[in-house]
Amino acid sequence: MSESTLPGALVTNAENDVMDVLGADVAVPQPQRFKEGVKIVLRFLVVFGIAMVLWELVKFIGGSPWRFSTADGALFNLEWFPPFEWKIASDLNMPHLWDIFGALIQPAQRNGPPLVNVLAQAAVVTMTAALAGFLIGTAVGLFLGTVFAHSALLERSLVPYVVASQTIPILAIAPMVVVWLRAGWWSVALLAAYLCFFPVTINTLRGLRSPDPRAIELMNSYAASTWATLWKVRYPSALPYIFTALKIAATTAVVGAIIGELPSGIREGLGGAIMNFNQYYAITPHKLWAVIIFTAVVGILFFITVTLVERVMTRNMRKLEG
Amino acid sequence: MSVVTIQAVNKIFGKAPNQTVALQDIQLEIEQGEFISLIGPSGCGKSTLLRIIGDLITPTNGTVLVNGKPAEKARLDRDYGIVFQAPVLFDWRSVEKNVQLPLEIMGKSSQERVARANQMLELVELNGFQKHYPYQLSGGMQQRVSIARALSFHPQLLLMDEPFGALDEITRERLNAELLNIWSHTKTTIVFVTHSIPEAVFLSTRVVVMSARPGRITQVIPIDLAQPRGMETREQPRFYELVTQVREALRGSEGIK
Amino acid sequence: MTAPTQKTLTASRAASNKASRVAWSDRVRYYLPTLLIFFAVLILWESLVRAFGVKQFILPAPSAILEAFFGSLTQMINLGLYTGAEALGGFIIGCSLGIGVSLATSRWTTARETLLPVAIAANSVPIIAFAPVMNNWFGVSNQFSKMAIVAVITFFPMMINMTRGLTLVEPSALELMRSYAVSEWTVLKEVRIPNSLPYMFNAFKVCSTLALIGAVVGEFFGGTRDALGVYITQEAAQFRFQNSWAAIVIACLLGIGFYLIIVAVERLAIPWHASVRKTDQ
Repeated sequence: MSESTLPGALVTNAENDVMDVLGADVAVPQPQRFKEGVKIVLRFLVVFGIAMVLWELVKFIGGSPWRFSTADGALFNLEWFPPFEWKIASDLNMPHLWDIFGALIQPAQRNGPPLVNVLAQAAVVTMTAALAGFLIGTAVGLFLGTVFAHSALLERSLVPYVVASQTIPILAIAPMVVVWLRAGWWSVALLAAYLCFFPVTINTLRGLRSPDPRAIELMNSYAASTWATLWKVRYPSALPYIFTALKIAATTAVVGAIIGELPSGIREGLGGAIMNFNQYYAITPHKLWAVIIFTAVVGILFFITVTLVERVMTRNMRKLEG
Repeated sequence: MSVVTIQAVNKIFGKAPNQTVALQDIQLEIEQGEFISLIGPSGCGKSTLLRIIGDLITPTNGTVLVNGKPAEKARLDRDYGIVFQAPVLFDWRSVEKNVQLPLEIMGKSSQERVARANQMLELVELNGFQKHYPYQLSGGMQQRVSIARALSFHPQLLLMDEPFGALDEITRERLNAELLNIWSHTKTTIVFVTHSIPEAVFLSTRVVVMSARPGRITQVIPIDLAQPRGMETREQPRFYELVTQVREALRGSEGIK
Repeated sequence: MTAPTQKTLTASRAASNKASRVAWSDRVRYYLPTLLIFFAVLILWESLVRAFGVKQFILPAPSAILEAFFGSLTQMINLGLYTGAEALGGFIIGCSLGIGVSLATSRWTTARETLLPVAIAANSVPIIAFAPVMNNWFGVSNQFSKMAIVAVITFFPMMINMTRGLTLVEPSALELMRSYAVSEWTVLKEVRIPNSLPYMFNAFKVCSTLALIGAVVGEFFGGTRDALGVYITQEAAQFRFQNSWAAIVIACLLGIGFYLIIVAVERLAIPWHASVRKTDQ
């Protein structure tokens, strides 16, 4: 029910109503939930199946000639010449799916480990930076959000900048950040953190403001300290907002880490791998495709992880639509 | 001729084994010009019954006739207007445009639409607010706009689902009086869902008392208070007697289970 | 009985008129801390760079950046126009497709419920990784290659938000329309589409930023020297950081401008929506 609406980068402004609360969550019994899950997975498979069939169909109609043969062509030799010749569907632009997936299990370099192993290592490098950035960005965001929620003056003076910082293509400064931090791993993490902090800040602020005023009055009637109110009322009611932001941040952290690698000359990560195979696109396009698909899967996995953590932590809370 | 005829209507939600009997064996006849209140504890199916009359929900079995035709035909002929608990005004339309919505849908000329909308806004005493947007009005005013919208195409039947449930007592009493005034002017038949006993007694010609689980009609109480009714009606001893009678009927219906 | 309400309303409107008259000085006072911080940071930055003699390649002073900016103003504007055109083109293609698909599937529940989770998943993919493929497909120096990646990036948020806007309609509003016995098309026109407008504008705002990021980052993967992304990286590689920063200033202005235009259009298009309303009430 509560996937993030907002894409890669951000929640744009404080009035953003996509995140408005839309009534209580309907309790769904466990087995039904499981069924729902299976249904979603099945639908996914159907959509991807259709996409793959379409891909090959386009190649069948307008791609490069198809050739299946044994190594020496002795045993069998099948050929298919598509009726049309579309540039976009050539083997260079749209490699066969089996070539792409085949590239993953074939060695990346002669006598090296399979590509998928190389990419897994690259993913570890990138994801470490992304995770570090994600954690730093989240921590900063939570801190700033909390401070802003308690100081109108600070909120007024700084929030416009937080918002403005997101209307600019911040990745443009990637090359500078990389120079400051001497092209290190940290520069990548820092970029990821920068991209993460904004949605977390804004949504923490909104979440901490979200409790029913009467709940706050109740706490005041107990003469509760600001801290107690914060922990017992404000943070719990902010959780759905914060998680919505975390899901956005999870995606942006990965994007930030990959982009950060580009100008930094780091070649061990996924961004580096993309750069690397991009140079050999003319010879081995299917390898670049393999890298990109691998990257996509990593991105989705990170997102799913955060979503699952959210499900567990906000099990009994009302959900945010949006 | 009766405006609404309900015969042997049952409504079952869900599939076995976890099905709920929302309505059981409902029989009801509503005559032209009546003001009928459906009252009962929550879960007694009064809103469901209202929606069945309006063909927004289909009964599991039984017959519903509105103006002598099947409920669906009556809906397609736009024989009734409906008012919900929430005003359901469209934020993007001004007050006037909201009232004109059904008229637009029915393809009336713009002159007629304006004339009717003005007339209706006059009726609900909101003249001068034509160009306002819903968010600029109070809750009570919004609900009056929604009544104006429901009446704008002069339907013979008005269905109201706890229209004043979300309003404060003072506003509610004022709108009650206003609604009676509108009713006597327009001669519209009204079916009104509420869970307020005084409201039901004050407004109705007959009060239909329902029980929950399964939803059934337990008693129909005629209200013989003199028309026209006003603020002083609420102070008459007969008013209190009837309130007590309805209350006891409700209590009795709870006992049935 | 309406008389008093009407009077209070008129009174409150009069009050709000009065408020808008004094609003300017109030607004200035309200944003004063914000402005002060802006100048304070600039002054601090400038003086720190001067005081400690920070090397140009680490952080150029604001004055140096401004100098580079105005020194080659025409070039900067051209860079902005070139990349801005890519971002705008891709934005238009991606958003139109997103709106189109969600309108097309709004009636067809199975299609919608199947596509939506896929779109959400796709949205969590670092789509920018496809930029090199687009460069190869349409040619590195062809502006359309950047538009294509921008279109893919903006498509998903647009489609997701639009679909939400078309489907998250008050149930009683649908009941009301059913009581009028109207066609699905009328429901779409009278209820679903107006209801989706705020969602659409939200998506526009999000997509405007994504479009610019997509264009600039797409250029990191290669492009002509007329492009912002290429210029930024090349100047940085040659340690002419004031130029890179000047180009970043252009990128920021583009981003803020794009965003503000959308906000302005939003105010005109949906004056009734909570995010836009003037403060009556």
